[in-house]
Amino acid sequence: MSSKIARIDLVSSHPEVYEPCDDSFALVDALLSDRTNLLDFHPRLCMEVGCGSGYVITSLALMLGQETTGVHYIATDINPHALQVTSETLKAHGVHAELIQADIASGLEKRMAGLVDVIVVNPPYVPTPEDEVGQEGIASTWAGGENGRRVIDRILPVADRLLSHKGWLYMLFLTSNNPSEICLQMKDKGFSARIIVQRATEEENLLVIKFWRDSPVQADTNGMVTTTKTEPFMAMGSLGSLFSRLSFWRSDNSSC
Amino acid sequence: MRLLIHNMLSSNIKGVINGFPLRIEVDKVEEKQVDFDAAFLRKMFHKIEWKALLDAALTLGYAELPEEAPDSSVLESDEFLQKFHHALLELDLEEGALVCPETGRKFPVTKGIPNMLLHEDEV
Repeated sequence: MSSKIARIDLVSSHPEVYEPCDDSFALVDALLSDRTNLLDFHPRLCMEVGCGSGYVITSLALMLGQETTGVHYIATDINPHALQVTSETLKAHGVHAELIQADIASGLEKRMAGLVDVIVVNPPYVPTPEDEVGQEGIASTWAGGENGRRVIDRILPVADRLLSHKGWLYMLFLTSNNPSEICLQMKDKGFSARIIVQRATEEENLLVIKFWRDSPVQADTNGMVTTTKTEPFMAMGSLGSLFSRLSFWRSDNSSC
Repeated sequence: MRLLIHNMLSSNIKGVINGFPLRIEVDKVEEKQVDFDAAFLRKMFHKIEWKALLDAALTLGYAELPEEAPDSSVLESDEFLQKFHHALLELDLEEGALVCPETGRKFPVTKGIPNMLLHEDEV
């Protein structure tokens, strides 16, 4: 298999599993545009939270290679159908990931803390009424509650916990998720942020943001967390101007 | 489910203090060939709980691992690395369950996928 990303015609499907759409393509494009850095980074463990159809984790595995290059993949989803579909998608492309049915990373947080080099997430980001979050069925793949942040705000601390000291997180957001606020919160945890992909579809303004640990964060004896290095936060200025630009910018991408 | 994952999973049921390692109940094991990568094994060696891996491998029918937790000098031995590789990555629990050591609650493993979701009263 020489192609660098998953083939849509080989992606399996199920009525209760989210099919690859503009957001999935934006995330894979972001990974592809950062592929050279990823190959230099040489991650050992890569993980996708909420793998859905398996399009993203399969693409990542095709981009970075499998065991011969020493990269191992783990994917979780809360929906058993999604894991079955992901398993079929991986198999159709001749790649492997370990699959776990979990709520974000339940069961893994203790022992896998600090071990994951790359995490990718396309979260349920659509602003919805709170009571639609976490319902069974396909709605759980997009329902994000107020500002679309309910699940996002649960994932970020887990990602912080699982990522290795040099770990990277790629996450997809809508502009209405208030990503500049998220970047500030992540800055407090010692992460820098950069927008990798920005894309306006007919319905959504999508952003893929890469977070990486920049300043070593140390806990002192009182348990207070202090950041030892304070570099200017490069992405913030550009984020502000980007959001104002995005609201005027429409691409001719068609929606799914 | 490879034993690498078994070594990373613990029971996170509310109130459980020591949820690791999960005991394995076997219905079906498969052996799958995986490309050997010494660098990955050397890195993971320090993260692996030896006793948990040893017991899990025994449960899955593989008895070639040293009983005592080896020190890192073994990482120069190709023979050791091959055995470690086989136990960690090539033994696959296809069907069975992972059992919480404290409560006995079973997390089923179906088609190689462990279900770590908790019930409402366990969160």
